[in-house]
Amino acid sequence: MNTLLEIEGVSKRFGAVIANENISLTVKGGEILALLGENGAGKSTLVKAVFGLVRPDSGTIKIDGIVMESSDTAAAIARGVGMVHQHFQLVPVMSVTENLILGDEPKRFGVLNIKRARAEVLSLSEKYGLEVDPDAIIEDLPVGMAQRVEILKALRRDVKLLILDEPTAVLTPQETDELLEVLRNLAKRGVGILFITHKLREVMAVADRIAVLRDGKLMGTTTPKESSESKLAQMMVGREVVLRVEKGPGKPKEVLLAVRNLKVIDDRKLEAVRDLSLEVHAGEILGIAGVEGNGQRELVEAICSMRPRSSGEVMVKGQVIPNLSPRAAHLAGVSHIPEDREKHGLVTSYSIADNLVLNRFDQAPFANGWIRNLEKVANNGEALVEKFDIRAPNASLSADSLSGGNKQKVVVARELSQQLDVVVASQPTRGIDVGSIEFIHNQLISARDAGAAVLLVSAELDEILSLADRIAVISNGKIVATFGSKEADRNTIGRLMAGLAS
Amino acid sequence: MDAKQGRKLDFSPILVPLLSIVVALEFGGILVLVQGINPLLAYEVLFTTAFGSFDGIAITLAKATPLILSGLAVAICLRAGLFNIGAQGQLISGALASAWAGYTFVGLPALVHVPLALIFGAFFGALVALVAGVLKAYRGVHEVITTIMLNSIVIALSDYLTSNPFKEPDQPLTRTPKIQDSAQMPDLLGLPLGFFLAIGLSITLWWIMKNTTTGFSIETIGRNKNAGWYAGISVKKTVMLSMLIGGAVAGVAGAVETLSIVGRFEPAFNAGLGFDGITVAFLGRANPLGVIPAAILIGGMRASASTVQFEAGAAPELVDLLLAMILFFVTAPLLAKFFKNRKESVAMTSGWSN
Repeated sequence: MNTLLEIEGVSKRFGAVIANENISLTVKGGEILALLGENGAGKSTLVKAVFGLVRPDSGTIKIDGIVMESSDTAAAIARGVGMVHQHFQLVPVMSVTENLILGDEPKRFGVLNIKRARAEVLSLSEKYGLEVDPDAIIEDLPVGMAQRVEILKALRRDVKLLILDEPTAVLTPQETDELLEVLRNLAKRGVGILFITHKLREVMAVADRIAVLRDGKLMGTTTPKESSESKLAQMMVGREVVLRVEKGPGKPKEVLLAVRNLKVIDDRKLEAVRDLSLEVHAGEILGIAGVEGNGQRELVEAICSMRPRSSGEVMVKGQVIPNLSPRAAHLAGVSHIPEDREKHGLVTSYSIADNLVLNRFDQAPFANGWIRNLEKVANNGEALVEKFDIRAPNASLSADSLSGGNKQKVVVARELSQQLDVVVASQPTRGIDVGSIEFIHNQLISARDAGAAVLLVSAELDEILSLADRIAVISNGKIVATFGSKEADRNTIGRLMAGLAS
Repeated sequence: MDAKQGRKLDFSPILVPLLSIVVALEFGGILVLVQGINPLLAYEVLFTTAFGSFDGIAITLAKATPLILSGLAVAICLRAGLFNIGAQGQLISGALASAWAGYTFVGLPALVHVPLALIFGAFFGALVALVAGVLKAYRGVHEVITTIMLNSIVIALSDYLTSNPFKEPDQPLTRTPKIQDSAQMPDLLGLPLGFFLAIGLSITLWWIMKNTTTGFSIETIGRNKNAGWYAGISVKKTVMLSMLIGGAVAGVAGAVETLSIVGRFEPAFNAGLGFDGITVAFLGRANPLGVIPAAILIGGMRASASTVQFEAGAAPELVDLLLAMILFFVTAPLLAKFFKNRKESVAMTSGWSN
């Protein structure tokens, strides 16, 4: 078969982060290449470069032997590249037909010819064996069906190379099986498929070849025959520990945080946390390891009362935390380093000092009743900037002016500078520089040593392994296994994370 | 070293409004020129009438009084990320309520009657705004939609009330009876008392925004609602409170008009005061103190519109045109910023969906 896509030596950096480093790959017509890797391994960046959404710093991308000018999506589409994004690019209130023809509408005397469009949709759906109702409204469709419309949209433009960015992340197991079948059929028709995932089962089921990315580097390409799920898991998560954290053994005492039979619904109204129970003791760090999207976000938000619990309870120091009251959780002693610092953790247009009191601006000493004590707020700001090594000339600057790592330090400083009972840290070092990572790791250790119960949720297995005293693996909304830090084995955890029995 | 240093002084809060006034005057000048009138003459008349004499300034400040208040009503809501287009309806509600209180209660001393009528105005202004606030907080209905609709409801309702139960008896006109003398707001130092009230309210609200936990809550949800929720601020309560404050201030604007200028409620009066409040709020950068100079400028232009017609021959609509252009130019950079930076909009309104 002809080589459709040739990626040669592509590198891409975002600031200090290397997203792709000298990656070379090929995809032939009729071939399914699975791009496997953890979150942040650089998979999305690579396919975005192919589709012209990201300009690589160096390297070339050839489609059908022709070098693509970077950052030109239109040219990529014209050369037959189609992309199914993780977030659907559909108009929810319009019909399937209308969505499919959007941007390239069949016209008659300059007027939209909807009859012909509908016929076109029907024949397209028949040709590829992808059944859809042309008159259905997108928002009424189940996710798997909407994705099918996305795929048809790409196919309508005669794609030769179809890119799917984590297409199964939003699908139920049944829908996933249907999708894999669709992909096989498309490959038989000669379409080259580049398929991003971090789920090993799918890779083994459907891929002709597998490329594994880790930390922006290509770890190797293999085939399902030559490999096994456990080998792939090792390739995916088996990197060397980059950061060593100095810490003594934990001295766990009484239970400070207890989660009992918790069930939580996610934004798609599906059950994301399923009857989950856990306990965190004073003086220990419990690490939650898991592939992202297995209920971690919902678990954290439910513990911090930011998301409703559909059943079960959260107790801090034996006291039940009321549902949907972040204030109550905070007052009960929960410090929360949120996953998304820009969305939840900070008001970036506020000063650093105001951000440092964001969740206690109305409590003494920062307010005397109704009146804020701006002097105390400023003093607190200066003191914490100093203590937490926030790199800013002074605390009255807006948080906007800080780098990612220093922004995160502001959040950490706020959360760890109060009475420490329970610390919930969600992805506390995502996307920040090494120096800040180290600093924040040490802060979490000292919080533990000061007697806090620390719940650490991270998509970085290394972070969990180097910080946690106990490790719980979450998969599909449930804790599937718990290990002491000594008995934890990277490969076993990797397999459990990927949803395989150990 | 990794903090982006170099703290540039930000002049835009003053520069953008000034520039938009200048640009609006230039475009307005071209249009005056097309009418065959010297724009410099027109502007000279405009500004000397408004600001050139003590009497002129007194009239300007009287005109500015309700604009300060309606601007404040819009500005406070903007701080909370809410676009209160309903200041007009809230103002009419307050004007009518204070008129009713002004003519119904008999025999009260002025010291009791005037504040009572003002409170009536504030209460009914707040009541109208609260409807929008509750719908926003609990049903996620966008406040632009609800406040616009409430404007129509209030206007229709006030027309009905003034032509039926509240109508002045034995008179052909659709209007309420005149308020009692005891409800008449006096002048102070040749200026309407309401002007000082407006200034006082501006300073009070500015102080509240800067120094109190309530102000911080409002500001926080205006800048980042998610972070506010995370930090334990009740977004629902704060949204309702902001609308309540905005509505009360707009209600006071209407009450001050009734009690010091009109002397009764007449549907045709008060027209546009609430809408001018939008221009005032944007020109004043949604700052409770910034609305004062903005309102004085616009009040001056309103005050001298007819003189411009007499003395320079330019149509009085010139002033409407200038105000519209000022609003356009002053909001254009804000809108640009809003669309450029949708992730966290600053002191602009939230998106269409909740």
